[in-house]
Amino acid sequence: MSATPYLPAGTVYGTLLNFPREWDAWEGPMEAPPYKAAPLAPVLYIKTANTWSTSGADIALPGHVPQVEIGATIALVFGENVPPRIETPVWNAMNYVAHWVLLNDLSVPHASFFRPPVKFKCLDGFLGIGQPRARQPGDDPSQFRVEVRVNKQRVQTLDFSQLRRAADQLVADVREFQALEAGDVLMLGCDVCPDGKRPLAHVGDVIEISAPGFVPLTNSLVAA
Amino acid sequence: MKHARVIHQGHVQDAIEDEGRLLLANGSRVALDAVQWLPPLQPTQRPRTILALGLNYADHAKELEFKAPEEPLVFLKGQSALIGHRQNTVRPAGVQFMHYECELAVVIGRSAKGVKRDDAYDFIAGYSVANDYAIRDYLENWYRPNLRVKNRPTCTPLGPWLVDAADVANPMALALQTNVNGKVTQSGNTRDMIFDVPFLIEYFSSFMTLHSGDLILTGTPDGVVDCQPSDEVVTSIEGIGELVNWIANENN
Repeated sequence: MSATPYLPAGTVYGTLLNFPREWDAWEGPMEAPPYKAAPLAPVLYIKTANTWSTSGADIALPGHVPQVEIGATIALVFGENVPPRIETPVWNAMNYVAHWVLLNDLSVPHASFFRPPVKFKCLDGFLGIGQPRARQPGDDPSQFRVEVRVNKQRVQTLDFSQLRRAADQLVADVREFQALEAGDVLMLGCDVCPDGKRPLAHVGDVIEISAPGFVPLTNSLVAA
Repeated sequence: MKHARVIHQGHVQDAIEDEGRLLLANGSRVALDAVQWLPPLQPTQRPRTILALGLNYADHAKELEFKAPEEPLVFLKGQSALIGHRQNTVRPAGVQFMHYECELAVVIGRSAKGVKRDDAYDFIAGYSVANDYAIRDYLENWYRPNLRVKNRPTCTPLGPWLVDAADVANPMALALQTNVNGKVTQSGNTRDMIFDVPFLIEYFSSFMTLHSGDLILTGTPDGVVDCQPSDEVVTSIEGIGELVNWIANENN
Protein backbone atom coordinates (compact mmCIF):
# COMPACT_ATOMS: atom_id res chain seq x y z
CA MET A 1 0.00 0.00 0.00
CA SER A 2 2.13 2.92 -1.16
CA ALA A 3 1.23 5.33 -3.92
CA THR A 4 -2.42 4.47 -4.48
CA PRO A 5 -4.53 6.20 -1.86
CA TYR A 6 -6.10 3.68 0.44
CA LEU A 7 -9.82 3.42 0.93
CA PRO A 8 -11.30 0.73 3.17
CA ALA A 9 -12.62 -2.49 1.69
CA GLY A 10 -15.06 -2.96 4.55
CA THR A 11 -17.20 -1.09 7.03
CA VAL A 12 -15.65 1.62 9.19
CA TYR A 13 -16.73 1.48 12.83
CA GLY A 14 -16.11 4.32 15.27
CA THR A 15 -15.88 3.89 19.04
CA LEU A 16 -17.28 6.39 21.53
CA LEU A 17 -16.19 6.97 25.13
CA ASN A 18 -13.02 4.89 25.05
CA PHE A 19 -10.67 7.56 26.42
CA PRO A 20 -10.69 8.19 30.17
CA ARG A 21 -10.99 11.95 29.84
CA GLU A 22 -13.84 11.59 27.38
CA TRP A 23 -15.58 9.20 29.77
CA ASP A 24 -15.00 11.53 32.72
CA ALA A 25 -16.47 14.46 30.82
CA TRP A 26 -19.67 12.42 30.35
CA GLU A 27 -19.78 10.63 33.68
CA GLY A 28 -22.06 13.22 35.30
CA PRO A 29 -24.87 12.96 32.72
CA MET A 30 -24.61 9.20 32.43
CA GLU A 31 -27.04 8.39 35.22
CA ALA A 32 -29.53 11.10 34.18
CA PRO A 33 -32.13 10.87 31.39
CA PRO A 34 -32.04 10.05 28.59
CA TYR A 35 -29.02 7.80 29.26
CA LYS A 36 -30.03 6.57 32.74
CA ALA A 37 -26.92 4.38 33.01
CA ALA A 38 -23.34 4.14 31.84
CA PRO A 39 -22.97 2.07 28.67
CA LEU A 40 -22.01 -1.56 29.19
CA ALA A 41 -21.14 -2.66 25.66
CA PRO A 42 -18.81 -0.68 23.38
CA VAL A 43 -20.70 2.29 21.90
CA LEU A 44 -20.12 2.14 18.16
CA TYR A 45 -21.13 4.12 15.10
CA ILE A 46 -20.53 3.74 11.38
CA LYS A 47 -18.75 6.08 8.99
CA THR A 48 -20.43 5.26 5.68
CA ALA A 49 -18.49 5.10 2.42
CA ASN A 50 -19.74 8.53 1.29
CA THR A 51 -17.73 10.06 4.16
CA TRP A 52 -14.37 8.78 3.00
CA SER A 53 -11.70 11.31 2.01
CA THR A 54 -8.12 10.43 1.16
CA SER A 55 -5.20 12.29 2.68
CA GLY A 56 -4.66 15.61 0.94
CA ALA A 57 -8.27 15.88 -0.17
CA ASP A 58 -10.32 18.96 0.57
CA ILE A 59 -13.33 18.35 2.79
CA ALA A 60 -16.33 20.56 2.05
CA LEU A 61 -18.40 21.95 4.90
CA PRO A 62 -22.02 22.69 3.94
CA GLY A 63 -23.23 26.22 4.58
CA HIS A 64 -25.18 25.21 7.67
CA VAL A 65 -22.05 23.74 9.29
CA PRO A 66 -19.82 26.63 10.42
CA GLN A 67 -17.48 24.38 12.38
CA VAL A 68 -16.68 20.73 12.89
CA GLU A 69 -15.29 18.61 15.70
CA ILE A 70 -12.05 16.80 14.96
CA GLY A 71 -12.00 13.16 15.98
CA ALA A 72 -8.39 12.08 15.58
CA THR A 73 -7.66 8.41 16.08
CA ILE A 74 -5.83 5.30 15.02
CA ALA A 75 -7.92 2.43 13.73
CA LEU A 76 -7.34 -1.27 13.25
CA VAL A 77 -7.67 -2.64 9.73
CA PHE A 78 -8.54 -6.33 9.81
CA GLY A 79 -6.76 -8.63 7.39
CA GLU A 80 -9.04 -11.57 8.00
CA ASN A 81 -12.39 -12.30 9.56
CA VAL A 82 -12.08 -12.18 13.34
CA PRO A 83 -13.34 -15.46 14.80
CA PRO A 84 -15.44 -15.49 17.96
CA ARG A 85 -13.22 -15.52 21.00
CA ILE A 86 -15.13 -18.26 22.77
CA GLU A 87 -14.73 -20.65 19.83
CA THR A 88 -11.03 -20.04 19.33
CA PRO A 89 -8.53 -21.75 21.66
CA VAL A 90 -5.70 -19.30 21.02
CA TRP A 91 -7.36 -15.97 20.38
CA ASN A 92 -5.19 -12.91 20.01
CA ALA A 93 -6.87 -9.87 18.52
CA MET A 94 -3.64 -8.58 17.04
CA ASN A 95 -3.30 -11.68 14.87
CA TYR A 96 -6.26 -10.48 12.83
CA VAL A 97 -5.01 -6.91 12.41
CA ALA A 98 -3.19 -6.33 9.13
CA HIS A 99 -2.69 -2.56 9.30
CA TRP A 100 -3.08 0.52 11.43
CA VAL A 101 -4.45 3.69 9.94
CA LEU A 102 -4.76 7.32 11.05
CA LEU A 103 -8.27 8.72 10.76
CA ASN A 104 -9.80 12.17 11.03
CA ASP A 105 -13.40 11.53 12.06
CA LEU A 106 -15.21 14.84 11.58
CA SER A 107 -18.56 15.55 13.19
CA VAL A 108 -21.07 18.34 13.20
CA PRO A 109 -20.94 19.37 16.89
CA HIS A 110 -23.75 17.70 18.80
CA ALA A 111 -24.56 17.68 22.50
CA SER A 112 -26.46 14.40 22.77
CA PHE A 113 -25.29 10.82 22.33
CA PHE A 114 -28.80 9.41 22.79
CA ARG A 115 -29.68 8.81 19.15
CA PRO A 116 -27.40 7.46 16.41
CA PRO A 117 -25.32 10.33 15.01
CA VAL A 118 -25.98 9.75 11.30
CA LYS A 119 -26.77 13.36 10.37
CA PHE A 120 -23.78 14.58 12.39
CA LYS A 121 -21.19 12.08 11.22
CA CYS A 122 -22.15 10.83 7.77
CA LEU A 123 -21.83 13.97 5.70
CA ASP A 124 -19.97 13.55 2.42
CA GLY A 125 -16.22 13.59 2.95
CA PHE A 126 -16.35 13.65 6.74
CA LEU A 127 -13.70 10.97 7.35
CA GLY A 128 -10.08 11.70 6.49
CA ILE A 129 -8.21 8.43 5.92
CA GLY A 130 -4.43 8.12 6.08
CA GLN A 131 -2.01 5.68 4.50
CA PRO A 132 -2.18 2.38 6.38
CA ARG A 133 0.92 1.14 8.15
CA ALA A 134 1.44 -2.62 8.17
CA ARG A 135 1.33 -4.16 11.61
CA GLN A 136 4.76 -5.33 12.71
CA PRO A 137 5.42 -8.03 15.28
CA GLY A 138 5.79 -6.27 18.60
CA ASP A 139 3.55 -3.34 17.68
CA ASP A 140 1.78 -2.28 20.86
CA PRO A 141 -1.22 0.00 20.31
CA SER A 142 -1.01 1.23 23.91
CA GLN A 143 2.23 2.94 22.86
CA PHE A 144 0.57 4.99 20.14
CA ARG A 145 0.72 8.76 20.45
CA VAL A 146 -1.11 11.07 18.07
CA GLU A 147 -0.81 14.81 17.60
CA VAL A 148 -3.43 17.03 16.01
CA ARG A 149 -2.51 20.33 14.42
CA VAL A 150 -4.78 22.98 12.96
CA ASN A 151 -2.89 25.41 10.73
CA LYS A 152 0.36 24.00 12.16
CA GLN A 153 -0.68 24.81 15.75
CA ARG A 154 -0.86 21.77 18.00
CA VAL A 155 -4.38 21.52 19.47
CA GLN A 156 -4.44 18.00 20.89
CA THR A 157 -2.23 15.10 21.90
CA LEU A 158 -3.70 11.62 22.27
CA ASP A 159 -2.19 9.00 24.55
CA PHE A 160 -3.52 5.50 23.87
CA SER A 161 -1.98 3.92 26.98
CA GLN A 162 -5.02 4.31 29.23
CA LEU A 163 -7.92 3.34 26.97
CA ARG A 164 -10.95 2.05 28.85
CA ARG A 165 -10.87 -0.91 26.49
CA ALA A 166 -7.40 -1.59 25.18
CA ALA A 167 -7.27 -2.66 21.54
CA ASP A 168 -7.50 -6.41 22.18
CA GLN A 169 -10.31 -5.99 24.71
CA LEU A 170 -12.20 -3.72 22.34
CA VAL A 171 -11.96 -6.25 19.52
CA ALA A 172 -13.12 -9.03 21.83
CA ASP A 173 -16.08 -7.06 23.16
CA VAL A 174 -17.18 -5.87 19.72
CA ARG A 175 -16.80 -9.32 18.21
CA GLU A 176 -19.02 -10.68 20.97
CA PHE A 177 -22.03 -9.13 19.23
CA GLN A 178 -21.11 -8.36 15.62
CA ALA A 179 -18.87 -9.51 12.80
CA LEU A 180 -15.47 -7.97 12.17
CA GLU A 181 -14.53 -9.02 8.68
CA ALA A 182 -11.45 -8.76 6.49
CA GLY A 183 -11.25 -5.14 5.38
CA ASP A 184 -13.36 -3.78 8.22
CA VAL A 185 -11.90 -0.88 10.19
CA LEU A 186 -12.35 -0.28 13.93
CA MET A 187 -11.36 3.00 15.60
CA LEU A 188 -9.77 2.89 19.03
CA GLY A 189 -11.63 6.06 20.02
CA CYS A 190 -11.39 9.84 19.78
CA ASP A 191 -10.34 11.78 22.86
CA VAL A 192 -11.43 15.19 24.07
CA CYS A 193 -9.17 18.09 25.04
CA PRO A 194 -8.52 19.02 28.69
CA ASP A 195 -11.65 21.21 28.56
CA GLY A 196 -13.75 18.11 27.88
CA LYS A 197 -14.49 19.08 24.29
CA ARG A 198 -13.11 17.94 20.96
CA PRO A 199 -10.94 20.33 18.98
CA LEU A 200 -12.83 22.43 16.46
CA ALA A 201 -11.99 23.50 12.92
CA HIS A 202 -13.52 25.87 10.37
CA VAL A 203 -13.53 26.53 6.66
CA GLY A 204 -10.02 27.48 5.59
CA ASP A 205 -8.31 25.39 8.25
CA VAL A 206 -5.77 22.69 7.49
CA ILE A 207 -5.94 19.73 9.86
CA GLU A 208 -2.89 17.52 10.25
CA ILE A 209 -2.94 14.31 12.26
CA SER A 210 0.41 12.67 12.87
CA ALA A 211 1.90 9.79 14.81
CA PRO A 212 5.41 8.33 14.98
CA GLY A 213 5.83 5.79 12.20
CA PHE A 214 2.82 7.01 10.20
CA VAL A 215 2.62 9.25 7.15
CA PRO A 216 0.77 12.34 8.42
CA LEU A 217 -2.88 12.69 7.43
CA THR A 218 -3.75 16.15 6.11
CA ASN A 219 -7.09 17.54 5.03
CA SER A 220 -8.21 21.11 4.30
CA LEU A 221 -11.68 22.36 5.09
CA VAL A 222 -13.33 24.29 2.28
CA ALA A 223 -16.74 25.81 1.73
CA ALA A 224 -19.16 23.57 -0.14
CA MET B 1 -39.24 -8.41 -12.89
CA LYS B 2 -38.19 -10.15 -9.69
CA HIS B 3 -34.45 -10.57 -9.26
CA ALA B 4 -32.66 -12.94 -6.93
CA ARG B 5 -29.10 -13.87 -6.11
CA VAL B 6 -28.52 -17.47 -5.27
CA ILE B 7 -25.96 -20.21 -4.86
CA HIS B 8 -26.70 -23.17 -7.11
CA GLN B 9 -24.38 -26.14 -7.27
CA GLY B 10 -21.69 -24.13 -5.55
CA HIS B 11 -21.84 -21.10 -7.83
CA VAL B 12 -23.19 -17.65 -7.02
CA GLN B 13 -25.59 -16.61 -9.75
CA ASP B 14 -28.11 -13.94 -10.54
CA ALA B 15 -31.58 -15.24 -11.23
CA ILE B 16 -35.05 -14.03 -12.05
CA GLU B 17 -38.43 -15.39 -11.11
CA ASP B 18 -40.02 -17.30 -13.96
CA GLU B 19 -43.49 -18.80 -13.46
CA GLY B 20 -42.80 -20.10 -9.98
CA ARG B 21 -39.27 -21.24 -10.78
CA LEU B 22 -35.89 -19.59 -10.92
CA LEU B 23 -34.26 -18.80 -14.25
CA LEU B 24 -30.55 -18.71 -13.51
CA ALA B 25 -28.04 -16.55 -15.35
CA ASN B 26 -26.54 -19.72 -16.84
CA GLY B 27 -29.88 -20.44 -18.53
CA SER B 28 -31.09 -23.31 -16.38
CA ARG B 29 -34.45 -23.34 -14.64
CA VAL B 30 -34.55 -24.71 -11.12
CA ALA B 31 -37.05 -25.01 -8.29
CA LEU B 32 -37.19 -22.27 -5.67
CA ASP B 33 -35.95 -24.69 -3.03
CA ALA B 34 -33.03 -25.96 -5.12
CA VAL B 35 -30.82 -23.01 -4.25
CA GLN B 36 -29.33 -21.22 -1.29
CA TRP B 37 -30.70 -17.68 -1.27
CA LEU B 38 -28.47 -14.66 -0.81
CA PRO B 39 -29.65 -11.09 -0.29
CA PRO B 40 -30.94 -10.00 -3.74
CA LEU B 41 -28.27 -7.37 -4.22
CA GLN B 42 -25.49 -6.88 -6.69
CA PRO B 43 -22.01 -6.43 -5.16
CA THR B 44 -21.00 -2.80 -4.81
CA GLN B 45 -17.58 -1.27 -5.32
CA ARG B 46 -17.67 0.30 -1.84
CA PRO B 47 -19.37 -1.17 1.20
CA ARG B 48 -23.03 -0.36 0.81
CA THR B 49 -24.71 2.07 3.20
CA ILE B 50 -27.58 0.45 5.06
CA LEU B 51 -29.88 3.00 6.66
CA ALA B 52 -32.69 1.78 8.87
CA LEU B 53 -35.59 3.62 10.43
CA GLY B 54 -36.89 3.30 13.95
CA LEU B 55 -40.34 4.35 15.07
CA ASN B 56 -41.54 5.11 11.56
CA TYR B 57 -45.11 3.86 12.02
CA ALA B 58 -47.30 5.79 14.40
CA ASP B 59 -48.75 2.64 15.98
CA HIS B 60 -45.32 1.12 16.61
CA ALA B 61 -44.03 4.35 18.14
CA LYS B 62 -47.00 4.22 20.50
CA GLU B 63 -46.39 0.58 21.31
CA LEU B 64 -42.83 1.37 22.29
CA GLU B 65 -43.97 4.22 24.53
CA PHE B 66 -42.25 6.87 22.51
CA LYS B 67 -43.65 10.02 21.07
CA ALA B 68 -43.61 9.90 17.29
CA PRO B 69 -40.33 11.46 16.19
CA GLU B 70 -40.21 14.92 14.66
CA GLU B 71 -37.50 13.84 12.28
CA PRO B 72 -36.51 10.35 11.16
CA LEU B 73 -34.86 8.18 13.78
CA VAL B 74 -32.20 6.51 11.69
CA PHE B 75 -29.47 4.06 12.47
CA LEU B 76 -26.89 2.22 10.37
CA LYS B 77 -25.79 -1.36 10.04
CA GLY B 78 -22.96 -3.14 8.28
CA GLN B 79 -23.31 -5.55 5.36
CA SER B 80 -22.36 -8.44 7.61
CA ALA B 81 -25.77 -8.22 9.29
CA LEU B 82 -27.54 -9.31 6.07
CA ILE B 83 -28.55 -12.83 5.14
CA GLY B 84 -30.87 -14.19 2.46
CA HIS B 85 -34.24 -15.91 2.30
CA ARG B 86 -34.69 -19.29 4.01
CA GLN B 87 -31.72 -18.94 6.36
CA ASN B 88 -31.33 -19.19 10.12
CA THR B 89 -31.14 -16.24 12.46
CA VAL B 90 -29.38 -16.75 15.75
CA ARG B 91 -31.11 -16.05 19.04
CA PRO B 92 -28.40 -15.42 21.64
CA ALA B 93 -28.46 -17.62 24.70
CA GLY B 94 -30.16 -16.18 27.75
CA VAL B 95 -32.08 -13.29 26.15
CA GLN B 96 -35.71 -12.56 27.01
CA PHE B 97 -37.02 -10.57 24.05
CA MET B 98 -35.98 -10.95 20.44
CA HIS B 99 -38.46 -9.72 17.87
CA TYR B 100 -38.76 -9.50 14.09
CA GLU B 101 -39.54 -6.27 12.24
CA CYS B 102 -41.15 -6.59 8.81
CA GLU B 103 -39.95 -3.66 6.70
CA LEU B 104 -40.15 -2.41 3.14
CA ALA B 105 -36.56 -2.21 1.89
CA VAL B 106 -35.72 0.41 -0.72
CA VAL B 107 -32.72 -0.24 -2.97
CA ILE B 108 -31.14 2.89 -4.43
CA GLY B 109 -30.54 2.78 -8.20
CA ARG B 110 -28.23 5.72 -8.83
CA SER B 111 -26.29 8.36 -6.95
CA ALA B 112 -28.60 10.75 -5.13
CA LYS B 113 -27.59 14.06 -3.56
CA GLY B 114 -29.95 16.94 -2.86
CA VAL B 115 -32.91 15.10 -4.33
CA LYS B 116 -36.34 16.67 -3.95
CA ARG B 117 -39.19 14.43 -2.90
CA ASP B 118 -41.01 14.88 -6.20
CA ASP B 119 -38.02 13.34 -7.99
CA ALA B 120 -37.23 10.71 -5.37
CA TYR B 121 -38.76 7.73 -7.16
CA ASP B 122 -36.32 8.26 -10.06
CA PHE B 123 -33.50 7.16 -7.77
CA ILE B 124 -35.00 3.84 -6.68
CA ALA B 125 -33.95 0.57 -8.35
CA GLY B 126 -36.47 -1.57 -6.56
CA TYR B 127 -37.90 -2.98 -3.39
CA SER B 128 -37.41 -5.98 -1.19
CA VAL B 129 -38.58 -7.32 2.16
CA ALA B 130 -36.34 -6.93 5.20
CA ASN B 131 -36.71 -8.49 8.60
CA ASP B 132 -34.78 -6.21 10.94
CA TYR B 133 -34.56 -8.32 14.09
CA ALA B 134 -33.90 -6.61 17.41
CA ILE B 135 -32.65 -8.11 20.66
CA ARG B 136 -34.24 -5.77 23.14
CA ASP B 137 -32.27 -7.10 26.12
CA TYR B 138 -29.23 -5.33 24.68
CA LEU B 139 -30.77 -1.88 24.28
CA GLU B 140 -28.74 0.89 25.87
CA ASN B 141 -29.43 4.60 25.67
CA TRP B 142 -26.22 5.44 23.82
CA TYR B 143 -26.69 5.88 20.09
CA ARG B 144 -29.93 3.95 20.59
CA PRO B 145 -30.74 1.58 18.97
CA ASN B 146 -27.16 0.54 19.52
CA LEU B 147 -25.22 -1.79 17.24
CA ARG B 148 -25.34 -4.66 19.73
CA VAL B 149 -29.12 -4.66 19.18
CA LYS B 150 -29.14 -4.08 15.44
CA ASN B 151 -25.87 -5.12 13.81
CA ARG B 152 -25.69 -8.79 14.67
CA PRO B 153 -24.71 -11.36 12.04
CA THR B 154 -27.75 -13.19 10.62
CA CYS B 155 -30.16 -10.68 12.19
CA THR B 156 -31.22 -8.87 9.01
CA PRO B 157 -32.74 -11.29 6.50
CA LEU B 158 -33.44 -9.66 3.13
CA GLY B 159 -35.31 -11.03 0.12
CA PRO B 160 -36.26 -13.23 -1.50
CA TRP B 161 -36.61 -10.80 -4.40
CA LEU B 162 -35.54 -7.41 -5.57
CA VAL B 163 -38.67 -6.24 -7.40
CA ASP B 164 -38.05 -3.61 -10.06
CA ALA B 165 -39.41 -0.21 -9.07
CA ALA B 166 -41.30 -0.06 -12.37
CA ASP B 167 -43.36 -3.05 -11.25
CA VAL B 168 -44.52 -1.44 -8.00
CA ALA B 169 -47.29 1.01 -8.80
CA ASN B 170 -47.54 2.58 -5.35
CA PRO B 171 -44.99 1.53 -2.72
CA MET B 172 -46.84 3.67 -0.19
CA ALA B 173 -49.92 1.44 -0.17
CA LEU B 174 -48.66 -2.09 0.42
CA ALA B 175 -49.95 -4.47 3.05
CA LEU B 176 -47.29 -5.88 5.39
CA GLN B 177 -47.71 -8.99 7.47
CA THR B 178 -45.67 -11.25 9.70
CA ASN B 179 -46.59 -14.84 10.48
CA VAL B 180 -44.91 -16.80 13.25
CA ASN B 181 -45.46 -20.54 12.89
CA GLY B 182 -48.40 -19.84 10.62
CA LYS B 183 -50.15 -17.39 12.91
CA VAL B 184 -50.51 -13.71 11.97
CA THR B 185 -48.73 -11.60 14.59
CA GLN B 186 -48.17 -8.33 12.76
CA SER B 187 -50.10 -6.54 10.07
CA GLY B 188 -49.96 -3.06 8.72
CA ASN B 189 -49.69 -0.99 5.59
CA THR B 190 -46.90 1.15 4.20
CA ARG B 191 -49.37 4.03 3.88
CA ASP B 192 -49.04 4.45 7.66
CA MET B 193 -45.37 5.40 7.58
CA ILE B 194 -44.67 8.64 9.44
CA PHE B 195 -41.91 9.55 6.97
CA ASP B 196 -42.67 8.11 3.55
CA VAL B 197 -40.13 6.89 1.02
CA PRO B 198 -39.88 10.12 -1.03
CA PHE B 199 -39.41 12.12 2.17
CA LEU B 200 -36.68 9.76 3.36
CA ILE B 201 -34.75 10.05 0.11
CA GLU B 202 -34.98 13.83 0.23
CA TYR B 203 -33.96 13.85 3.89
CA PHE B 204 -30.95 11.54 3.60
CA SER B 205 -29.73 12.98 0.32
CA SER B 206 -29.82 16.46 1.88
CA PHE B 207 -26.67 15.63 3.87
CA MET B 208 -25.21 12.47 2.36
CA THR B 209 -24.86 11.03 -1.11
CA LEU B 210 -26.73 7.78 -1.57
CA HIS B 211 -25.18 5.40 -4.06
CA SER B 212 -26.48 2.60 -6.24
CA GLY B 213 -27.03 -0.45 -4.07
CA ASP B 214 -27.51 1.45 -0.84
CA LEU B 215 -30.46 0.34 1.26
CA ILE B 216 -33.13 2.08 3.26
CA LEU B 217 -35.10 -0.14 5.64
CA THR B 218 -38.20 1.91 6.29
CA GLY B 219 -39.37 0.78 9.72
CA THR B 220 -42.03 -1.56 11.03
CA PRO B 221 -45.64 -1.27 12.21
CA ASP B 222 -47.27 -2.47 15.42
CA GLY B 223 -47.23 -6.10 16.49
CA VAL B 224 -43.79 -7.38 17.42
CA VAL B 225 -43.59 -10.51 19.55
CA ASP B 226 -40.80 -12.61 21.01
CA CYS B 227 -39.37 -15.36 18.79
CA GLN B 228 -37.96 -18.62 20.07
CA PRO B 229 -35.58 -21.16 18.56
CA SER B 230 -37.20 -23.28 15.84
CA ASP B 231 -39.86 -20.63 15.14
CA GLU B 232 -40.60 -20.01 11.48
CA VAL B 233 -40.97 -16.29 10.84
CA VAL B 234 -42.43 -15.16 7.52
CA THR B 235 -42.37 -11.44 6.82
CA SER B 236 -44.31 -10.53 3.71
CA ILE B 237 -45.19 -7.43 1.75
CA GLU B 238 -47.89 -7.32 -0.88
CA GLY B 239 -46.38 -7.62 -4.34
CA ILE B 240 -42.81 -7.67 -3.03
CA GLY B 241 -42.40 -11.11 -1.52
CA GLU B 242 -42.57 -13.52 1.38
CA LEU B 243 -39.32 -13.72 3.31
CA VAL B 244 -38.96 -16.96 5.27
CA ASN B 245 -36.59 -17.20 8.20
CA TRP B 246 -35.99 -19.59 11.09
CA ILE B 247 -34.76 -18.87 14.58
CA ALA B 248 -31.84 -20.98 15.73
CA ASN B 249 -29.99 -21.47 18.98
CA GLU B 250 -26.60 -19.87 19.31
CA ASN B 251 -24.72 -23.13 19.46
CA ASN B 252 -26.28 -24.96 16.51
